[in-house]
Formats: sequence, structure tokens, C-alpha cells
Amino acid sequence: MHERNTISGAGWIGILALAVVLLAVPHLVSFSQQELLVFLTINVLLVVSYRLLTLTGEWSLAHVVMMGVGAYGSALYSKLFGFPVPLAMLAGAVTAGLIATVLSFPLFRMKGFYFLIGSFAAGEVIRLIWKRFTDPFGGPKGIQRIPGFPEIDLGFLRVDFYQPENYYYFVLAVVLVSLWVLYRIERSRIGLTFHAIHWQDKLSESVGIDTFGHRMLAFVVASFFAGVAGALYAHYLSTVNPNQFNVDTMVYVLIWTIVGGTSRWYGPILGVIALTIIDEVILRGIGADQWRPLLYGAILICAILFLPNGLESLVIRAGEALRGRSASAVTGAAGAEQE
Amino acid sequence: MSDFLLQTAFNASYAASYMALIAVGLVLIFGVMGVINFAHGELYMAGAYAVVFFYAGLGLPFIVAVAIGLVFVGCLGMLMELALFRPLRTNPLGGLIASIGFLLMLQTVAVLGFGLRNQNVPPVSQGRITVGGAFLTYERLYVILATVGLLLALWLFLRKSKFGWALRACAQDREAASLQGISINQTARYAMFIGAGLAGVAGALTAPLVAPTPYMGHTVIVTAFIIIIVGGIGSLEGAVLAAIIYAFVHTFVTTFFDGVIANIVGLLLMLAVLVVKPQGLFGVRERA
Repeated sequence: MHERNTISGAGWIGILALAVVLLAVPHLVSFSQQELLVFLTINVLLVVSYRLLTLTGEWSLAHVVMMGVGAYGSALYSKLFGFPVPLAMLAGAVTAGLIATVLSFPLFRMKGFYFLIGSFAAGEVIRLIWKRFTDPFGGPKGIQRIPGFPEIDLGFLRVDFYQPENYYYFVLAVVLVSLWVLYRIERSRIGLTFHAIHWQDKLSESVGIDTFGHRMLAFVVASFFAGVAGALYAHYLSTVNPNQFNVDTMVYVLIWTIVGGTSRWYGPILGVIALTIIDEVILRGIGADQWRPLLYGAILICAILFLPNGLESLVIRAGEALRGRSASAVTGAAGAEQE
Repeated sequence: MSDFLLQTAFNASYAASYMALIAVGLVLIFGVMGVINFAHGELYMAGAYAVVFFYAGLGLPFIVAVAIGLVFVGCLGMLMELALFRPLRTNPLGGLIASIGFLLMLQTVAVLGFGLRNQNVPPVSQGRITVGGAFLTYERLYVILATVGLLLALWLFLRKSKFGWALRACAQDREAASLQGISINQTARYAMFIGAGLAGVAGALTAPLVAPTPYMGHTVIVTAFIIIIVGGIGSLEGAVLAAIIYAFVHTFVTTFFDGVIANIVGLLLMLAVLVVKPQGLFGVRERA
């Protein structure tokens, strides 16, 4: 795995093209698609943070509930305690991280399937607490009328974040910063240790790596960013309820991640974007919303049977094929980045 | 008060029965295939819809509809084995994930075929047994009797028949069993038929009592997971005992507090077992 620390000329062109697409895309789609774009951007953060957790080899079923902790936390801090919304969002995400810290102690005594089921149980207990205790969580109806993100008024410039277009830019900025942080973590010594624990946890332990501590760290960081995603979500929808964070939503996160692939940072992003486009174009296009779970189920089965390394493996193979024709090596790298 | 306790005990016995059928099927599949079948709740749902279609819809006798449910869901299980679990045999997590895909597909088929609403299944019998102030309807009694009969038959089959030996051999050590000339594919196929069929029977028998919906498998699979974890993931006897314990705890907590608290208690029970004794309360080191 060789690493290029400098970005080539073609790489810059790719990044520039991507930036233009990201900035222009809300102007190219309908109003309802702008709303979808906001959710898609939030979901990108959700799946990329999920992938960080899977780096250590553990698959959690509590990730969406952690997103919910961020959403509920942020909603309550701003509504009940009158925190300014940006501060409430941060506090919500920190709460998700703290809850993850506490849950680490029972959960990381388990591995593999036991961790999967244990994390599900822990998440479900949290969700049922929201559902059962009307004060302060609002019971099954959840919390309504969550304050929105405050508008910015500079006299000459007024930005109203109730507009999906404006909120999209805000979400995009937050998500890009988060992705950069997550990327740096993976490329750091800590991230390499996550990989080591995944493949050789006994060996890692025997050379003095604190496997529990690193698993916990991955879980806490992933939950923090899931909490950020939840906070972004809550103040946009202005309502949260326990059903938004149930295991159905978690299944979709799993499908996005698995269909995209988890060995590269962009794998889950490919998955969530590809499936959202399929969803929007095919299902809403022909008005077959009821068929959604069938389609997702079929895609998931096909992916696990025929493309076990996800969509990213296609990109990797395409990149290698292009690089093979050595003359076009540079364009190959650029092509892989644009994907 | 004693009537009240007796009534709650009756309710718990009924819940324990059908949950035991479901959990034993799940454990059997795990034992032989090494796969946790997330679609097990939807197999239960498919069994209930077989009764909706053949008994409530076409007017066939209830017992015939239940038998059709068993065979139909058993065949669904064999289909899963053939299409999903066999190609993914080297990848247990893959089998689990594929079963999630299958679950979504079964749910959608039920929604498209029957709609989202609760299905109304006419009662099989209006009769009831009265003991003091407590009563047990015949419908619930049938579920309890059928469970006892089926589990007894399964136990005899696994212990006495040659095929049962083969099945248990596969559960203990697949390679060794294969070296002894036991066909892994055939054993897996039968295990899936029995495991899925038990879930189907549970769904078919309880259909008149629960008003089936396409999403009824949801609560059932969570309960089944709690039971197999508490009972020890590879142990059939453990699953039965855990089903009884869980059903009594859940029914009593529901009666004295409410359903959501009972669910929380159940999940915490599972977490406690996972933390303290991951092999389960009745777990044995070797599987099934």
C-alpha cells in the first residue's frame, strides 16, 4: 500500500471538479431533491463514521441509536436548556461519545456475533427508554418544534437555514470537516492500530497494544460523528421520535456500507450515493415506493454473493486496469478519485 | 390474587410454547449451518400468512392450513439454504447479512400480496378451560399441546434416528462428519427445513390469536435472540428452558408494569448474560 503524500496536477483537477459538482448540485435538482440531498449528505457522515468502527472488525447495530442520542441530546439542550443551536449540536455529539464510552465497558467484553447482538440490545434499551419516558423524551411521539439553525443576518447578506439549499451548504461544510478528521485518524498510527486489531487481535495484544482501549476509541469517535449527523438531522427536521432510529434504519446503514465496501474510505460513500440515486430514480420515478425493501434486499443479496468487496472493488479494479496501460497512469489515478 | 397469578401463568405458558418453537428452530439452524438467521421472524410471519390465505381465505380446515404452513415455510428454508447459505458457507457473517436481505424481501412480498393492515383470522374454537377464576382458551391450549408434541418428536428424531445422529454430528464438527460419509449438503437442507418449518408452525398456530401483519416478525426475532443468548447459543435444551424463563419474566413484568418495561428487562437480561456468562445459562461447550 504505497501512499502519495503530494497531490498530482490531475489530482487537483479531480478535486476541483468534485468541488464544483458539490457546490452546483443543489441548483440542478428539484426542491424535493434538495431535501434529499441534505439527508444524503448527513447519511454520508453516518456511513463513514460507521466504517471507522468496522475497521477494528466489530459490526455494531447501535450506530443509528448513537445518531439518535446526538439528535435527542441536541434537541433537548436547545429546547429545554436554551443552548444556542450550534453549541447544542456539539453537546449532543459529545453526549453520544460519552454514552459510547460507558457502553464500551460491557460491550467490548464481547466479540463478533455476540458484540453484534449485545450492541443491538444496548441500543434498543436506549430507544425503549425514549419511548417509555414521556418526560423529557416525549414518548412515542418524540420531541417536536426543535429550534432550527439560527439564520445569519449580516445586513447585506441574509442566510435562512430553513431553505434546504442553504442548509445543504452548512451540512456539507460540517460533513467535509468531519470526513477530513476521520480520514486523518485512519491514516494516523491509531488508525493503523485499528487495522492491526482487526486482523490479528491476539498478536496486537502480545506486542503491547491496548486492544480494549483502541476498540473503545473507535466506538467513541464513530459515535461522536454519528451524534453530529443526528444533530444535523434533528434541527433540520425539527422533530425526532424513537421510530426514526429503529433497527430498520440500521439495516439501511448496513446495506449502504456493505454494498459500497469497507476497505477504502470512499467505499461506503459510493454505496450510499449509488443506492440513493437508484432509490430516487427508479422507485420514486415510477412510483413504486412499496417495492423499496424488496429492491434493497435483492441488492444486498446480490452484493454479498457476487460483489463481496463492494462497489469500491470495481473502482480499484478499474483503477488498476487503467494504470496497467502505463502511459495513462495519471488519468487512471484521477479517474479513481473522481468516482 | 391466586386466580390472577394462575391466569398470568397460563398466559406465560402459551407465550413460552410458541417462543420455544421459534428459538429451537433458530438454534438448530445455527448448530448445523453456523449462521444466525435474521430472517427467522419473517419465516414465522410467512407461516401466519399461510393460515391467513388457506384457512381464513380459502376456508380449508385449520389443521390442514397449519400443515401447509409447515411445509411451505420449510421449503422457504431449503430455498435459503440453496441460494444463500450454501454459496456463503465459508463466510458466516455473509450468511447473516444475506438473511437480512431475504427478510426485507419476504416482508415486501407480504405487503404487496396482503397489504399493510392487520389480518383478521376467524377463531378456531370458542371453547375454554376454566380453573377457579382463571381460564385458558382452547386456541392457546392447542399451541401448548402442539409445541410439546413437536419438540418431543424433534428430540426423538435427533436422538434415535440415524439421520438425527448425522445432524448432530454435523453440528459438532462439520469436517469430521463429512469424513464419515455424511453429506453436508443434505444435512444442511434437512436442518433448514426443520428449523424454518418450526418457525412456520409457530406462526400458523398463533395466527388466529395475533392478527398477522407483515412486520410481526420484528418483535419475535428480538425475543428469539434474547432466548438463544440466555439459553446458550448452541443448546436446544437451553433454548426451551430459556423460552420458559423469558416468557414468565416477560408476562409477569408486563402484567405488573407495562410492555415496554418488560422489553427493557428482557434486553437487560440478555446483556447481563452476555457480559457475565456468554456461553449462556445452560450453555454446553459443544454445540447442539
